[in-house]
Amino acid sequence: MSRKVPEEQYKKTRSFHLKQWLDGTKDPFLDTVEMKPQQEFKEDTAVREQRSEEKKKIYERVFDVEHNAEMRLFQRIYRLFSVLFCISLVLVLLTGVSYLPTFGHAENPVNNEVPQRYIESGLQETGAVNIVTGMILDYRAFDTLGESHVLFIATCTVLILLRIDKKKGKDSIAEREANDRIYEPKNDVILQTVARILVPPIIIFGIYVILCGHLGPGGGFSGGAVIGAGLILYLNAFGFAKTERFFTAKTYKWMSFGALACYALAKSYSFYTGANEIHSVIPLGTPGAILSSGLILILNICVGIVVAGTMYTFYVMFRKGGY
Amino acid sequence: MEFVQNFPFICIILSLFSGPLSSILNGKKAKWWNAFVITAIGLMNVAVLAFVIHSGEPYVYRMGHFSAPWGNEIRVGILEAVMAVFFCVTMLLCMLGGIKEREEEIEESKQNLYYIMVNLLLSSLLALIYTNDLFTAYVFVEINTISACGLIMIRQNGRTIVAATRYMIMSLLGSGMLLLGICFLYSITGHLLMSNIQQAVWNLHETGTYQVPLLVAVGLMSVGLAVKSALFPFHGWLPDAYGYSTVSSAAILSSLVSKGYIFLLLKIFYRVIGFEVIKDSKVIHVLFVFGIAGMIIGSIDAIRENSIRRMIAYSSVAQIGYIYMGFGLGTELGVLASVFHIICHAATKALLFLSASSLTEVSGDSTNFFDLTGAGYRNKAAGVAFTAGSLSMVGFPMLGGFISKILFAQAAVGHAYKMLPTLIALAISTILNTVYFLKTVIRIYTPMRPEERQTKGYKTAAMKEQPVKSVALICFVALNLVLGLFSQPILTLLERGLSMFA
Repeated sequence: MSRKVPEEQYKKTRSFHLKQWLDGTKDPFLDTVEMKPQQEFKEDTAVREQRSEEKKKIYERVFDVEHNAEMRLFQRIYRLFSVLFCISLVLVLLTGVSYLPTFGHAENPVNNEVPQRYIESGLQETGAVNIVTGMILDYRAFDTLGESHVLFIATCTVLILLRIDKKKGKDSIAEREANDRIYEPKNDVILQTVARILVPPIIIFGIYVILCGHLGPGGGFSGGAVIGAGLILYLNAFGFAKTERFFTAKTYKWMSFGALACYALAKSYSFYTGANEIHSVIPLGTPGAILSSGLILILNICVGIVVAGTMYTFYVMFRKGGY
Repeated sequence: MEFVQNFPFICIILSLFSGPLSSILNGKKAKWWNAFVITAIGLMNVAVLAFVIHSGEPYVYRMGHFSAPWGNEIRVGILEAVMAVFFCVTMLLCMLGGIKEREEEIEESKQNLYYIMVNLLLSSLLALIYTNDLFTAYVFVEINTISACGLIMIRQNGRTIVAATRYMIMSLLGSGMLLLGICFLYSITGHLLMSNIQQAVWNLHETGTYQVPLLVAVGLMSVGLAVKSALFPFHGWLPDAYGYSTVSSAAILSSLVSKGYIFLLLKIFYRVIGFEVIKDSKVIHVLFVFGIAGMIIGSIDAIRENSIRRMIAYSSVAQIGYIYMGFGLGTELGVLASVFHIICHAATKALLFLSASSLTEVSGDSTNFFDLTGAGYRNKAAGVAFTAGSLSMVGFPMLGGFISKILFAQAAVGHAYKMLPTLIALAISTILNTVYFLKTVIRIYTPMRPEERQTKGYKTAAMKEQPVKSVALICFVALNLVLGLFSQPILTLLERGLSMFA
């Protein structure tokens, strides 16, 4: 049994729109999305020449190539020597590798009592089902403590290099923001819709990876990277005006300080008790439960916060030079 | 376990924690906190030194609940404690001496970032000194490299950015080689703990297996650390990095950062590979040759330089050459001389950088050699300090440099075929040192004609106007005198330290 529908009414139904879209007679994005054809990148020859001229001038002034015979000679033999150096390094490394023990062989020197204990009693001693997490955050936690500070200091170096602190005048943030809209969102519907759908699962997945680092593959480093990626996607879609509501330079400062201080305190406790043979009061819990394996969960959260903040800060610094 | 045995661990954690703490403080508070941390760590290390001298044997401190090959550990002996105390003293004086320049040259909002770098640098140096695990050493080498980069480029003019880029590239090449060397060593020995590797390497040496990867590993680690500490053919990054960065950075970089890497290399030679195995390998001959080449070519470059800061930087290349030459001799005495020279050079080079910055300040901020005419009269404290530092570098009796030169000569005497080259190189290098250092000393004490001085409008600086810097300079001069006049107790201490180092 079928029902006859007037044409007017039929044109409003979804099936008609779908048919139109399939036939290609109507573009659904026309008049609803702002679309501009991309302009071809053109540059004045004069501007380009001026730029290359300036570059050359700076180079000559810094290194004084004209009067610096040593520099000229250096530049000539530089390429030859760099190629020779690379080739010889590759040869040395290949020769060395060819004499190494066969990879994965059971009799290799690396298969000694060290990994044996990690594998056999790692679960009991650290409480972590994931042996790798147990190794990096409990057996060899001192290395990982250093490693998380590597991330922190890398961010600080990027801040030194790229952060713009001038409040007014030439090259200040205010001037750059007033002049153009490069940091503002483009209000791209596709990007915003996709971001609205994707960002929450990405961040939740990141949190999951961090929290379950001691139970399965994952941990602070990988989970933090996932969260950082989610934040960057959000920033790209909605612009700085939205992210500044919850993430500013101050947030980052306190977040990384809190995480690293917590890490240093937790580990100081376990180093101190370990070295002085004091019994640690932290329970290991039931292996496999979410609240288990002693300090590892807390350390994973700290590392995750530091990594996420680092990723996001790198992106922000390279894009704008400020939050 | 005595409480004092915890101090090395507390020192590392305290300075590591001060890094993030400085990020939430403002510049001024961070400065005071940094001075406090360095002083506290220095005092703690003095206590550790006293403890180790008293007990007469090194001890191992377990980092965590798991003992050595499974967990991390640090190992404390006399040599480590002496180095830690000395590094803290030098760093404190470098930081004090450069306060004024730092405040002028670094943007105010970035001041606290400088102290983050310094705190983390100190923690990485301490960790490099104390660690007994090769991979931990690598992790802290990374921190060391990145913070050194930050120290160079925090004074933002074009030259420092270029210098930092060069430093980064060369230094990362060095780190990469060190890491590859560690990987090679791990796959043939199966250990990362230094003492265990030594045992395994000795077995390999006895049985003659895996000789090629062992040689490659030793070569990669030596070359990697040589690149990072600017041994002669790899010194291209050095003059810019030391010549244009702010003065406390230059002093810290030349006297501490490169010395940290050299100390790690010494540790690798003594504790990881074993000195007997190193002596049999050809690697030390290579280090010997490049050390001697560096001694001479670095000095020649310094003579040709017109800027006083870059001249002092090139002089570092020559002095690093001395240290590697001592390693290259392959005798206990040679290594002892090198270790003494590490200390002596650090005290002298920091003094030279600090006093040179005072001299340039009263010469219209020009580092050019001719503008410095008569600078020794305009700033008397800096003039005297620069002269003392120059005399020490040249090897004038009563100052530290003399003792290290005589030690190198003594170490060379009696060596089968390295005696003659060492003595000749020492003689040539001393003459070249004299040429460029005394040339500068004569220049700063050549009076400038009054009318010329009036047209140039140079100001004078009395000691009272910059009390902190004067105190730092006086301390450094005193340190040099102590190293020169009371060298015997220090040498005995270093000798005992070296004997328990392996």
